Amino acid sequence: MTIDAAISGLLDTFFDESFEGLDRAEAALLQLGDAAGGVSAEVIGDLFRAIHSIKGGAGAFGVDEVTGLAHAMESVLDDVRGGAPATADGTTALLVGVDELRRALDARRAGKPIAAGMHAALIAQLAALREATAAAAVTAVADDAAVAEGSPAWRVRFAPHVELMRCGNDPVRILRELAELGATDVVADTSRVPALAELDATALNLAWTLRLPGTVSRAQLDDVFAWVDGQCELTLEREQAVSKAQAVAAAPAAPPAAAPASVATSGGSLRVGVDKVDLLMNMVGELVITQSMLGELDDDGPLSPDRVGRIREGLSLLARTTRALQESVVRLRSMPVGVVFARLPRIVHDLGRRLGKDIAISLAGESTELDRTVLEKLGDPLVHIVRNSIDHGIETPAERVAAGKPAQGTVTVRAEHRGSTVAIEISDDGRGLDLPRILATAKARGLVAPDAQPHDDDIAKLIFAPGFSTAAQVSEVSGRGVGMDVVWRHIKELRGEVTLDSTPGRGTRTVLSLPLTLAIIEGQLVRLGDQTYVVPLLSILETVEYDSQPRRRWGVGDVIRLRDQIVPVVDLAAQLGIATGARADHRLLMIVEAEGAPIGLVVDELLAQQQVVIKSLETNFGRVDGLAGATILGDGQVAFILDIVALARDVRRTGRTADPASDDLQAA
Amino acid sequence: MACIMVIDDSSSMRALVKQTLAGAGHQIVEACDGLEALDKLRLAKVELVLCDVNMPRLDGLGFVRQARALPACKFTPILMLTTEVDPEKKRIAKEAGATGWLVKPFQPAQLLATIGKVLT
Repeated sequence: MTIDAAISGLLDTFFDESFEGLDRAEAALLQLGDAAGGVSAEVIGDLFRAIHSIKGGAGAFGVDEVTGLAHAMESVLDDVRGGAPATADGTTALLVGVDELRRALDARRAGKPIAAGMHAALIAQLAALREATAAAAVTAVADDAAVAEGSPAWRVRFAPHVELMRCGNDPVRILRELAELGATDVVADTSRVPALAELDATALNLAWTLRLPGTVSRAQLDDVFAWVDGQCELTLEREQAVSKAQAVAAAPAAPPAAAPASVATSGGSLRVGVDKVDLLMNMVGELVITQSMLGELDDDGPLSPDRVGRIREGLSLLARTTRALQESVVRLRSMPVGVVFARLPRIVHDLGRRLGKDIAISLAGESTELDRTVLEKLGDPLVHIVRNSIDHGIETPAERVAAGKPAQGTVTVRAEHRGSTVAIEISDDGRGLDLPRILATAKARGLVAPDAQPHDDDIAKLIFAPGFSTAAQVSEVSGRGVGMDVVWRHIKELRGEVTLDSTPGRGTRTVLSLPLTLAIIEGQLVRLGDQTYVVPLLSILETVEYDSQPRRRWGVGDVIRLRDQIVPVVDLAAQLGIATGARADHRLLMIVEAEGAPIGLVVDELLAQQQVVIKSLETNFGRVDGLAGATILGDGQVAFILDIVALARDVRRTGRTADPASDDLQAA
Repeated sequence: MACIMVIDDSSSMRALVKQTLAGAGHQIVEACDGLEALDKLRLAKVELVLCDVNMPRLDGLGFVRQARALPACKFTPILMLTTEVDPEKKRIAKEAGATGWLVKPFQPAQLLATIGKVLT
């Protein structure tokens, strides 16, 4: 029976569960490392179970690459659970193990092969640690040599203890199995059976002797009697055997590993609490009631004031339920930010130790919920900012004491709701941004003019500029080659905002503001010819009259000078191939910000502002450059949502941000 | 076919066992730990129990001890699903009243064969 196909559906659940387990294990291990001996049995039990479940699941689902490591880790943890001391070396090795398991499971989920035996060194290390703390029990391996054809027959005597049936075992089952193995000459010994009056139906007073063919292996016999070991007198001997062996039930040989299940590509499944689904169900119920209420009013009778009143009532009920439904669907997609925060203590722990800094991390607002997609993309930027704080912000203990601060530095990460956004604030009590150095670097990189004297706030923003990277940022610590410009870009892609402030000697604070959901945005409707388009409201800076502006041809398009900035202009109608019917002297230029720089979009008219629900073009039609999606307006018309970032990149590709000589433009 | 209770704190493990057994026509009652299992035992007539050892709240051994005290479960076969190969732990399980054990990981065919042996 193959159940590969069935398994692959469950495999995702297994991965989800395992990653959750690893996160829990990591948190518990960090507690174990910090609290000197003061960790509750519950934490250790949870830790043990997390690894234990991965080992069990990995075996069952054919993810065999991790079972060996999980087993080694489990053994160490089992010792700890049994009272062995948790050493610092042990904790560190286990943390490495957690990382390795995570990596191996990740690779397996992505369908990449994992080299066999890659964990051998770590397994050996864990085993060595164990030996150091306790004498490792050596598991005796049953001698399961192949049985020669002409081996002498077995003589078996099986005398169960009276209580054998009280564990749910049944001698009939065992005898049936022996019969399958070819038992002959079965004789029951009824001598111990008491008189009927004294008979206890739950007690077993029988014993059997029988013969089995010599071709039956010892392992097969052990298998039959494995469950009743210790609950019976058992004699197994070869007919001319020299040795009498009291049965020792060896563990049944480990079954051959299950065939690797086909890996389901991660289709992005969602684990949702039952209560949330119940809430949805409730609201759908409300909708059905409202619908039937409105349906009753739908006849051809005259529109009496009473009927109009009831229709209005129904509509307002409908509006209320729809809004509630929308909110709960949004909530369905959200997860607590704690999921992402959970990675941070580990980073602070490892990196602080490596840099010789004493750093505590304080987390707040972990239960604040964010859209799943936002949350997935939040991880890397957040880690990067925290690494920056540790690497550049917090001083060494000696420096801190010299500056009159406590030796231990603190990184605080806090999440909270602010209107329709969630703010994630990362602050440290370190030395603050080194503004002179940032300015010097920026000048050296040609990001600002050599003689410029920008305001402090503007200097701070330079660290988000593409291509800005101080020497330390490409060090091993900040690693990954991810600069703050990537953080900026990621957050902008999520339609979020990054703000930064810093006080010399006191610390730095970075705030990421993120939208609650990506599925609904505040949009500005604009008219272009006879079409309506949507521009995300957040990206709009201002709108000016276009045709009265002095402009200049630059490369493939126009640029205008707006106050002190050169703004490239995108002629949307031309770009999108629309015949604009507007008079060429009444057009508007909407200035939008994309990736930190402004571009101007030529539109015919501004219409309403409203919330729009984003529908994916990829799933319903196909990808179109310059469009982020589509939405359906109140009147049923379909409107496209402009992809500002893509438009801006297109402009940059055509070279219009290469700063045109400003004199040249002033002449225009 | 039989009504079988599966007790495991890992939902993927429960789902795997359930898929295998339901495919063979058995009816499955799930529980995520010993306490839930004891509750459900009072409601359903269960013919076989498959029970994990390591679970929160009430572990497998605790469950077996308490289940054996229930009149309805006195002789119900209870198989421990375990990754343990330590004979000492098996001995403790036996003393608690477990019927036998299945070593994880198991093959579906093997699970069905073992269950077939016990249910007759």
